[in-house]
Amino acid sequence: MKRIAWLALWFLPVASFAGIPIQHWTMPTGAKVYLVEAPGIPMVDVEIEFDAGARRDPAGQAGLAVATARMMGKGINNFQGQPAMDENQLGEAWADLGAMVSANAGSDRMSFSLRSLTRPELLDAAVALAARQLAAPSFPNDVWQSERERWVASIRESNTKPATQAGKAFNQAVFGKHPYGAEVDEASLRRIDSAAMAQFVSRHLLLCQAKISVVGAVNRAQTERLLNQLLSGLPRHSACPVLPTVAEVSALKEAKALQIPFESAQAHVFIGQPGIARQHPDFFALTLGNYVLGGGGFVSRLTNEVREKRGLSYSVYSYFSPTQHAGAFSVGLQTRPDQAAQAVQVATDVLSDFVRNGPTEQEVQAAKDFMIGGFALRLDSNRKLLDNLSNIAWFDLPLDYLDTWSAEIDKITATQIQQAFARNLQPERMVTVILGAKP
Amino acid sequence: MKPFFPALPSNFKLFLLGTALLLALRPALAQTPAEALQFTLKNGMTLIIKVDKRAPTAVHMLWVRVGSMDEVDGVSGVAHVLEHMLFKGTATVKQGEFSRRVAALGGRENAFTNKDYTGYYQQIPSKRLPEVMALEADRFANNQWPDLEFTKEVEVVKEERRMRTEDSPRMLMYEQLYATQFVASPYRRPVIGWMNDLDAMTPQDARDFYRRWYVPANAAIVVVGDVDVAEVQRLAESTYGQIPAGVVPARKPREEPTQTGTRRVLVKAPADQAYLALSWKVPNFSGFEATEDNRDALALTLLAAVLDGYNGARLDRALAQGEGRLADRAGASNTMSGRGPQVFMLDAVPAKGKTPEQLEVALRAQITKIAKEGVSEAEMRRVKAQWMASNVYQRDSTFNQARELGSSWIEGMPLDSAERVLESLNAITPAHVQAVAAKYFGDDTLTVATLLPQAGSRAFARKPSAGARHGEGAR
Repeated sequence: MKRIAWLALWFLPVASFAGIPIQHWTMPTGAKVYLVEAPGIPMVDVEIEFDAGARRDPAGQAGLAVATARMMGKGINNFQGQPAMDENQLGEAWADLGAMVSANAGSDRMSFSLRSLTRPELLDAAVALAARQLAAPSFPNDVWQSERERWVASIRESNTKPATQAGKAFNQAVFGKHPYGAEVDEASLRRIDSAAMAQFVSRHLLLCQAKISVVGAVNRAQTERLLNQLLSGLPRHSACPVLPTVAEVSALKEAKALQIPFESAQAHVFIGQPGIARQHPDFFALTLGNYVLGGGGFVSRLTNEVREKRGLSYSVYSYFSPTQHAGAFSVGLQTRPDQAAQAVQVATDVLSDFVRNGPTEQEVQAAKDFMIGGFALRLDSNRKLLDNLSNIAWFDLPLDYLDTWSAEIDKITATQIQQAFARNLQPERMVTVILGAKP
Repeated sequence: MKPFFPALPSNFKLFLLGTALLLALRPALAQTPAEALQFTLKNGMTLIIKVDKRAPTAVHMLWVRVGSMDEVDGVSGVAHVLEHMLFKGTATVKQGEFSRRVAALGGRENAFTNKDYTGYYQQIPSKRLPEVMALEADRFANNQWPDLEFTKEVEVVKEERRMRTEDSPRMLMYEQLYATQFVASPYRRPVIGWMNDLDAMTPQDARDFYRRWYVPANAAIVVVGDVDVAEVQRLAESTYGQIPAGVVPARKPREEPTQTGTRRVLVKAPADQAYLALSWKVPNFSGFEATEDNRDALALTLLAAVLDGYNGARLDRALAQGEGRLADRAGASNTMSGRGPQVFMLDAVPAKGKTPEQLEVALRAQITKIAKEGVSEAEMRRVKAQWMASNVYQRDSTFNQARELGSSWIEGMPLDSAERVLESLNAITPAHVQAVAAKYFGDDTLTVATLLPQAGSRAFARKPSAGARHGEGAR
């Protein structure tokens, strides 16, 4: 089998999987809904997202958003004639229904997820229970005390790990005082109590700004009914409150090299800087280019140079974190302590060369082949559809985003990638963290 | 008792993307059987196909019935090293080319090794299936590489071991737990191999292992996705089917002798929290014959779920909640089935100021309580309902479906195992769960592993080599 023959097979029409039918509407409360009907399996996933991520943690209370999300399932007050429940009663009720709810806070969003079978008596009960959990969390103080102790203990445990220490040093150096760099620690958790959580919820869980994604065996009418019940207990606002603006991430002024002594079997290396926000116009060029640099599994330049040619690391990668603000661009690897200097040199050289010269035409074509050819693999389960939908919802991307995605990728040229990398990355002003190296 | 959720209609048309679109793509969409079908190629290789037409993609897996349990002393880790080497070329596909070709097809790929098996997979647009089947069949039969490639790759595997095991105190503890619990069974060795065995491994060790075990009758191809059954059969015959038949080597049973007293192992490592695992030898679920062992293995699985299957289950409530709680977390699991011996494990992280000794007593007291008082009908209904629901959710991922089919084949189970396990679990009574709690948790078949955290953590100098849990090595 010759490579030529394989490439010749490559003439897949770009649009063969286009036309994901997204239904979109705005509820009277202002919440925006995105639905894809997927009747194949008798189940449904609902995700509700609020502008209540960790970037909104008050000063000194790093961890409040995450703590609030964790405690949302730990007890509910009586609500509309339904009795209060403690964490164990909730756990049993969800297990009895074969359904799950979870709440999570990332740096930007707080997300509530419900997964249930669509058998009406199960789904109705699951939605009713989830509604109570959203509307009437009790944040029981004794449970929070235990949760906090557990959390503090896990932070201490985590601090004994090389990956944690290297990651923390990198984050702080990249983000400085920006909320993206805030570190949750014992002191910040001590300043959090039930009242702070209740206040965080009332300030940030604004139905008028909520983004809701639904994928499953439900149609629009069923979804509307479901959501009306699910959200019935949240307050409505005639005028939607405006949340304070969060500052942008500052660019680095100079290179920072951190050598941190540590006893471990491997040295951990991070190289990077603030990257881009999701709305940045270079998003597609950087995404495609990063596949060539260090995102493309076993075929990226970094993997080829560090792992395949030299056997220096099991894992080596680069990625952008396109979030609300400029998330970090990072290159990461782990290697035997005495090889750290060599591995850093190789990775740095690959990165600098890529930023200076960009990819070859052949590499760009290979990246397009992978991304466009594999587009259907981004959408071939309800879970993956949900992730795409919530991404569209959160970043206000156009409804035909998935339909035009392949064409957007296809348009990018090698020159555009080179220019986008040169505009957005400054290898001479990056953070380099090397933890646990030995000469 | 039948599941109270209706089984999915087996010929239900699985539309994901809206009827109009898919009909446009596939005007002649026929009734699609959702059961898995099994065939045997003329050289003895097994072919398993399950049609799922929700999206125009497919997953293609090759499962080889060889894993770390088929290794011998001195070459531990060779099954996993060989898995890495299968990416290093064939007579006609040079080093690095396999991955480049799969990527050019839009495919994602990787491989995995465990105690019982080695597996390789690609997720691809379904129209690309012919290409990946040809590539995979080629490396199954014709894998070859220069020694230098081995020398570099074994260093990558050592880095993998450093990352997964040597810098992970709990993994180090599990490695020692298995090494202590098993004496004759090959399950005593870590999947990734002891560091010294990796140091001493030669290219020929990997080549010998390949020639010995990579024979058609020792492997199964699993394809799940938007495919045509007859077409996949034809492709399989024209690729894998062309590989000459071979003899699957006889396997020594290497049965574990009966354990006749508690074993204990202490592991010191740089950590802040202690950690404890109690592991008992329990029966293997070897099939659907109504033997005592098979029924007990299922009852033990329900016991684990009653203890730790949902938020607020028994262990959480008794050990990890409230003032004065003993644990930061506590868990239970029953490995249930496999090619080797099975274990039932309780594990826990002590709360601040509590000791592993206190936890050991408290964990065992929860089993004793069930042995004396039994479990409630409500608990049984709950864990069965969860099991059934998760069986439905599982269908969302073709990858998971393929994985389930592959591992059933590895264990010699029928393809409808998931549904039949569900039915069998439903037949287990609370009295049976109580009975297994009384039967299997004595002192004599117990192995206890304790992680002793070394304060001042990273001043602790460690030896460069020590030795994966039931964890897997992926490439």
